[in-house]
Amino acid sequence: MKQLLCFGAFALWVAMIAATPLLADNYTIRIAISVSMFSVMAVSWNFIGGFTGYPSFSTAAFFGIGCYAGAIAQRNGVPLVLAWMFATILVAVFAALLGAIILRLKGHYFAIGSIAIVELTRLITSSWGSLTGGGDGLNVPLLQGNPQEVAGLVLYVMLGILVLAFVTSVYVDRSRLGFGLKCISQNEDAANMVGVNTTAFKIVAYTLSAVFCGAVGAVYASWVGYIDPTDSFSILLTLKVPVMVLLGGAGTLLGPILGTGVFILLEEIFWANFLEWNRAILGGIIVFLIFFLPNGLLKIQYLQLYAAVSRKLSIGSSKSGAGS
Amino acid sequence: MTEILRLENVGKQFGGIHAVNNVSFSLEEGEIIGLIGPNGAGKTTLVNLITGVHPLSSGKVIFAGEDVSRQQAFQAARRGLARTFQIVQPFPKMTVLENVAAGAMFGGGSTSVQEAMVLAREELEFVGLAHVADTAASSLALPNRKRLELAKSLAMRPKVLLLDEVNAGLNATEIDGALDLIRKIAARGVTILIIEHLMKVVLSISQRILVLHHGELIAQGDPRTVIEDPQVVEAYLGSKFAARVKAESHHA
Repeated sequence: MKQLLCFGAFALWVAMIAATPLLADNYTIRIAISVSMFSVMAVSWNFIGGFTGYPSFSTAAFFGIGCYAGAIAQRNGVPLVLAWMFATILVAVFAALLGAIILRLKGHYFAIGSIAIVELTRLITSSWGSLTGGGDGLNVPLLQGNPQEVAGLVLYVMLGILVLAFVTSVYVDRSRLGFGLKCISQNEDAANMVGVNTTAFKIVAYTLSAVFCGAVGAVYASWVGYIDPTDSFSILLTLKVPVMVLLGGAGTLLGPILGTGVFILLEEIFWANFLEWNRAILGGIIVFLIFFLPNGLLKIQYLQLYAAVSRKLSIGSSKSGAGS
Repeated sequence: MTEILRLENVGKQFGGIHAVNNVSFSLEEGEIIGLIGPNGAGKTTLVNLITGVHPLSSGKVIFAGEDVSRQQAFQAARRGLARTFQIVQPFPKMTVLENVAAGAMFGGGSTSVQEAMVLAREELEFVGLAHVADTAASSLALPNRKRLELAKSLAMRPKVLLLDEVNAGLNATEIDGALDLIRKIAARGVTILIIEHLMKVVLSISQRILVLHHGELIAQGDPRTVIEDPQVVEAYLGSKFAARVKAESHHA
């Protein structure tokens, strides 16, 4: 029942996003693309940060490498879809090799190590001018068609990747792999002792958290047509994604998607209304989250909350009734 | 009886400290063996060496005829070398059932989550925790946490079970219950090595006793002989205790 509700909600959400090109203007489609893209990254982060409990901040590194790998492949004559696949595979291999090294770190050390990866990849990209164009960035071959068609295509590709990522996360959640990851997140030593090959499991989770980010990175590069190191390897992106997941509920299936939706909605509101202060407000949300919603929006007991609020209200109204 | 586990000149150094030094012994299949020694003698380190938590500095561990000296902890678990911790190590947010299922799944080689759950329920029945199967592991009190630890190890289908102070922190009644359980486990054909400070417990349950002192094995053999060994008396038991046990055993 709960499972059905979860899948139903997801299907409805995907259908709503998919309907935007038919119903809404280009601005809304842009937001829809952004929601899909960040949802993919949030669902990906959930593998390592949610299920496994390793606070990874490497998302932007995976995304950025995806951008550049896709762009460079296309500039060298690789067809569009093959270039996207190449980027995806390259990022997966990169994450697996990197994971074998930095997953030896735990807790805060892992967090710092993973954020250093973003800086490192950014610096390498901006220094390796002959391949990446350095700080000047790279022009990516434009997608064919008018803006409306291009946006539609990008949206559907992003949504396709999202569905793939979500299905993967459902599968992992139910499988032996997911069970092992949850064991690791709660007590890694004990997990090792009951026979979980913790190193291998963590590398798989880390790779899963990378592969779809690489894919959306490559698609993003084709969509915007121009990439540079600061945009592709953005520290803000690497922070936003975990916040989205935490907002929704880490370690749950729908949490990352809900969190992304709510976050981008809030971001749009603040961006439109408080141009100067939106970053500060973003910071405020993060602090609020950590203090008041450590388990995310999905874990709130809404029925109890509703009961409590309605009780308060009825007490309030009966009091005011007595007073008058 | 056949030999299931053999240690050959096992040693471990942490920096300049010889935590375990040149220890050799073997366990026969189906035996219950007590491992005693003063605090800091290296008992837990020895268990960690056998289960691959620490790499050996020297020597060999042979399990079921196979040299497993270089194994990692998860490999030991899969081979059938299970252990419990002195300080219990549950997965706190999972239910009791899921905790045990984790043992069945990864150490016991269950192929599906469902199969693991079924096996886990059986083990919970066995240790007497079936009534709390669906509560969170973190909500259990200490005696039940120790039982959970046992159920989790048993779900791994171990050939050898290393019990690190499973009775520490329990009262007299709870200890009796735990001892019954350990005997029941042994009756299933599991070889048991038990680390224990309560001599009454060790003497009542062990067929043989090993005594560790400053990382070295200073005595091994049948319980009565070992507690009269002058070295053991001096290192661990104290002369008063030895005399009392001797007097009691003459009465009996």
